[in-house]
Amino acid sequence: MSGASVLYDVPGPKTKARNRLYSVIGGIAVLAVLAYLGLRLFQTGQFEPAKWNIFNYAGVRNSIRDGVLTTLKVFAVAAVLSLALGVLLAVARLSDHKPVRWLATGFVELFRAVPLLITIYAVWVLMLSNKDALGMSGDAPQFWALVLGLTLYNGSVQAEVLRAGINSVPKGQREAAYALGLRKTQVMTTVLIPQAVRAMLPTVISQLVVTLKDTSLGYIITYEELLYSGRLMAGNIIAGGDSVYIPVIIVIGSIYVAMCLALSALANWIERRGRRAKTGIGVAEAGDVANAGALTAVVAAEAAADTATDTGN
Amino acid sequence: MNVLLDYLPQFRDGFLGTLAITGASAVIALVLGVVIAGFRVSPIPPLRAFGTAWVALLRNTPLTLLFLVATFVVPELLFRGASPFVLAMLALGCYTSSFVCEAVRSGISTVPVGQAEAARSLGMTFGQTLRMIVLPQATRTVLQPLSSIFIALTKNSAIAGAFSVTELFGVAKLLSDKGYAIALIFLWVALAYLIITFAISGVFRLLERRMAVVR
Amino acid sequence: MKMRRTAAAGAVVLALGLTATACGGESGSAGDKPAGGGYSHDYTAAKNVKIDSATLKRAQKRGKLIIGVKADQPFLGYQDPSTKKYSGFDIEIAKMVAADLGFSTNQIEFHTINSNVRETTISRHAVDYYVGTYTINNERKKQVGFAGPYYTAGADLLVRKDDKSITGPNSLRGKNVCSITGSTPLQEIKKPQYGAHTQESDKYSDCVQKVLDGQADALTTDDAILKGYAAQRPDKLRVVDKPFTKEPYGVGMDKNDKALRDAITKALEHHIENNDYKTAYTNTLGKSGSKYVAPQTPLPRY
Repeated sequence: MSGASVLYDVPGPKTKARNRLYSVIGGIAVLAVLAYLGLRLFQTGQFEPAKWNIFNYAGVRNSIRDGVLTTLKVFAVAAVLSLALGVLLAVARLSDHKPVRWLATGFVELFRAVPLLITIYAVWVLMLSNKDALGMSGDAPQFWALVLGLTLYNGSVQAEVLRAGINSVPKGQREAAYALGLRKTQVMTTVLIPQAVRAMLPTVISQLVVTLKDTSLGYIITYEELLYSGRLMAGNIIAGGDSVYIPVIIVIGSIYVAMCLALSALANWIERRGRRAKTGIGVAEAGDVANAGALTAVVAAEAAADTATDTGN
Repeated sequence: MNVLLDYLPQFRDGFLGTLAITGASAVIALVLGVVIAGFRVSPIPPLRAFGTAWVALLRNTPLTLLFLVATFVVPELLFRGASPFVLAMLALGCYTSSFVCEAVRSGISTVPVGQAEAARSLGMTFGQTLRMIVLPQATRTVLQPLSSIFIALTKNSAIAGAFSVTELFGVAKLLSDKGYAIALIFLWVALAYLIITFAISGVFRLLERRMAVVR
Repeated sequence: MKMRRTAAAGAVVLALGLTATACGGESGSAGDKPAGGGYSHDYTAAKNVKIDSATLKRAQKRGKLIIGVKADQPFLGYQDPSTKKYSGFDIEIAKMVAADLGFSTNQIEFHTINSNVRETTISRHAVDYYVGTYTINNERKKQVGFAGPYYTAGADLLVRKDDKSITGPNSLRGKNVCSITGSTPLQEIKKPQYGAHTQESDKYSDCVQKVLDGQADALTTDDAILKGYAAQRPDKLRVVDKPFTKEPYGVGMDKNDKALRDAITKALEHHIENNDYKTAYTNTLGKSGSKYVAPQTPLPRY
């Protein structure tokens, strides 16, 4: 809230009284909205015990647990692959060879421009068409389509993040490294990338939150992750003569929010730790990864101005 | 080439649908985002808390889940019989508003402290300072992130296709089911999205140039 | 900041708690019973089946038959979310056919395939064959092969019980009608003569919820499917019961695999004649109020 205090004076007695009044009114307004929603939930019978009793069944719990595990599995594989792809593309975009640079740029631009949903769908159809050549069976095509789709998109975004990070390393470091006789690869792997990753870690993790959220797009190719299990439960279970859409959405929703908040908290923690360290390279602000302005302001990477990270997908 | 020519009406409807849903939710996102950003910097604690909760909640929820909430929770609790377009617009608008809010908030913090101090010393209230001094200047720095936010919104609108709104993704699926080669459809749809996203960044670059101040 | 950390910690605890408690709890299916399934019968698998079909050879090699089905249609193709078991009339048909192809129930792998990706999955061999309220028509015959029809349904309307204004397809002017992307009744109801607004979803159960919520006024699809939903919620929904199309259901498979198509047609005839069909029918669809009509044999071949 550093900006907030600048926007208004230290309140005097009158303003204090007025602010207190506003606080009460604002508080009541917020509470009223919540209370109304609660009332509507109650009126539409969402608090009926029968509807919540479904979560007492082992089968339902198991399918939620399986959903969570599947989601985490997809996330883990996609996260690793997208980071690997990100490093590769970032380095390729900074290559001295023009064709490599162009190819990488085209790749990044294409997959960042196309909605992830379409990428996943297209990869899936391609995989089904070549299923036998790839030796896949069961739900492997779905799994890999989701993972690859996530990798292609998030890898492209991570590449841009890392590139901004590499560009933010002071020029002197690179020059010093060359002066010491290090080769191009050595400069990249031992000097630039470690510092870039350090500077960009919060942003990278925030993009991982996006990756985690996007695993839910697996529903489009009927991959049985958490959201899919949720939709199946919501559609097929009838309790107390009514469907259980709302209780299921509340439960599944809290699980997603919890997982993402945990990951975001990690990003914030790293950011705070990074700020204490004195390296001369600022650590990007985790909360504001979404926006290029803050990103460029912090890392002073003018080159990345056009291509800074995408807003969560 | 054939796919595009044979199904030109579908492509056109999909293209217009994507434009419509993107435009409508962009307006909602912008208005809500600025208001919530105002909440987050205001001197009134409950509003600040509300703003923080709004952003934290919406940024950490998958958009697909938000669409489910819009399709199955909102009609049951609030607006019975709302059309899928309106609901999709609400979901996309609210989701994007949390990103807009954060962009505006960080924009506010880039306005030099002296500006707000000067405004206050002239006797301006919080509302006046924000409206007349800070926000207009913040706009300049906010434009860049806003353009990437709206580009993301364009792409996110594809999810609305699965919730009965006509847009480009629906076209891609339809044609793939009809047996056309997915690679070709993919390229055409990608091109359509590229047109929209380039248009957005173009407009924002123009705005930036207009608002730029020679220092 | 501190608040945030607490929130995050709480979130982790919640997530862990939910997953940890997953073991244990009451067994059986959650919710009201019966929700739309339960019946299951095993058929004796034929031995030493030799059919010159590429699809079947692939299945024999992997020792498993992959069948595409629906998961959200009570009494037809329904998956119990708590036990993950599939049941219903289409599932029984799928098992009967599998038995004649030499696969017993435990050698079958059911995959949920939603309507909008049926052609994509069948033509690309993601499933060996598909049994899920799949209407045979000429448009689809260009992409997939059909055996059957093993049942003839008709498009009808599912409405709220208290809504008396809808009496048939001609009373839909200005109403919101929900159906599944790519389904035949949707294409019918889209014709300008009806003047209805259409909404598309990828799951029937979502459309049912929309009708209950008032977002849609009617759900149109085959009567057999609709009766299942009405039977689930008899005091909230009713079927108009004025079928306005004929929807012959077939088993979908690879278009070029004629040997498989003939084998499946033969299997269907065999089970219709030995009364497995009727038994399955009365225990599944019959329960939701669809009358039994014996299908005509021999089934058409092409």
